[in-house]
Amino acid sequence: MPHVAHPAFLVLGAFATYLVASYGIDPLLAGLMLMPVFFVFGVAVYQFYYATFESRGTDQGLRGIAFFFGIAFIVQVGLILAFGVDQRLVDASYIGSSVEFGEMRVPQRMLVAFGVALALTTTLALYLSRTFTGRAIKAVAQDEGALRLMGANPVRIKRWAFGIATATCAIAGALLIVIGPVEPGLDRIYIGRTFCVVVLAGLGSMSGTLVAGLILGIAESIVLTTAGTAWAPAVAFSILLLVLGVRPAGLFGR
Amino acid sequence: MKRFLAGAVVVLALAASMPFFFHNEYFFFAAYVVLQFIVLATAWNILGGYAGYVNFGTGAFFAVGAYTAVALYKAFALPLGLQILAGAAASGLLGFGVGMLTLRLRGIFFSIATIAVAIILETVVVNWHYVGGAKGLPTMRPADTPFFASHTVWLFFVMAVIAVIAVGAARYVETSWIGRGLRAIRDNEGAAECSGVPTLRLKLGAATLSGALMGAAGAPYAQYLSFIEPSSAFSLNYAVNALAMPIIGGMGHWIGPVIGAVLLGTVQQVVTVTISSEINVLVVGVLLVVFVVGAPEGILGLARKIRSSRKP
Repeated sequence: MPHVAHPAFLVLGAFATYLVASYGIDPLLAGLMLMPVFFVFGVAVYQFYYATFESRGTDQGLRGIAFFFGIAFIVQVGLILAFGVDQRLVDASYIGSSVEFGEMRVPQRMLVAFGVALALTTTLALYLSRTFTGRAIKAVAQDEGALRLMGANPVRIKRWAFGIATATCAIAGALLIVIGPVEPGLDRIYIGRTFCVVVLAGLGSMSGTLVAGLILGIAESIVLTTAGTAWAPAVAFSILLLVLGVRPAGLFGR
Repeated sequence: MKRFLAGAVVVLALAASMPFFFHNEYFFFAAYVVLQFIVLATAWNILGGYAGYVNFGTGAFFAVGAYTAVALYKAFALPLGLQILAGAAASGLLGFGVGMLTLRLRGIFFSIATIAVAIILETVVVNWHYVGGAKGLPTMRPADTPFFASHTVWLFFVMAVIAVIAVGAARYVETSWIGRGLRAIRDNEGAAECSGVPTLRLKLGAATLSGALMGAAGAPYAQYLSFIEPSSAFSLNYAVNALAMPIIGGMGHWIGPVIGAVLLGTVQQVVTVTISSEINVLVVGVLLVVFVVGAPEGILGLARKIRSSRKP
């Protein structure tokens, strides 16, 4: 599904966390609280998408992409209208202090984000491989017809998957605003990073995304320190184009 | 063909005579923008509407045309005509390059690559100090203005010529075997390939032509504003508009993007001046979603439905 609006939902999640956190709640907790809200939102969006596009035939690929692009654009402009173009950040006990590992100092908020991200990815990977619905989600990407014959409803599965994906946007957005300031135009850069990680890992590989994410993170940091901040946004996209040109299946893809 | 040529001559004559009717410079300023969007929408439609490959990076092709023109003007003081040709060539090359990388894969990879190219090129330009980098470059308009009283009117006329050429090219593509091949690709690429349609070559050709026209639209940009800087030249606004106008106007026929561009462009100019420029951007997004959901064939499709429902 051409969900180019995912990074926009991510930024939406970050700003939602900002809103909730401004009432004094810890941002990570806010993210967790927002997850069910975002899940419902995701289900609603998918239901709308399905009713207008997928049920009417498969030549709607272009319209699907255009629809999500429009949604992403509306979300971005909506955020600009609501919050202005300034950057927003949150405050928590672990922001601003760092932990010492021998000679290195690691900012505590990075550790927290890393921990949560790791937990999230592992949970999702386990879910996708161990539970019935999880495996159904992987199956629907491989062969929808066969899945229907196996007794699962592909529409419900896709709706569920979309809901889960949007819910992760909530917690990911919370992590985002914990790591650093957020502003509405961020979704353009994150489109690149998201697609870079997914394509580098190979579509369908959950554990691959961890490796791909690490590779991207390291590459960006190297570029940041050697060439300067102005080149950093291009790193993700350059890797993406490289992978597309050389090995489109990605590192772990089928 | 003859009717089209006649129509083109009439349009250009009309454009040339405009200064006698309108004396407010802003009219030409705004009309330039609308004409520019006609070119961008028509160019987008060649690849997007006819072949079904969505280009999200219109801003990149546009800006490549603009910056090529600026760089060459700064280095060699080229006249406007050569600048436009150079801009078209550069963007055409870009379209070809992106096509070579991604058109062998499924459609969405091409679309993602166009986003990637846009961001990468914007980063490159931001770091390129010869053309001003992030802080931009003020450009001086040439002192003399051929044929017309003011430079704005001259640029307006130039853009009208480019628009006529773009629409003519789109019409030619649409009615020729190229257009049939592209439509076959859009409907079912596998079947098209099996039927002997040279899919890769047609797609590459469409991408190159589309890019070249966008570059041609971008070349006069610096002279138009007397200033150029990356974030507005590469603006996502161009991508959304280039996508929305053909969808709203109708993607199957060359007149669709023209309708969409004129309508949406005028609405945007009016909203920018009366309400605010952020709302203007929101309007485009909302209209895009509304039309994609409700009227996928655009205004042309709606007109067709109205006409066929009136038949006894």
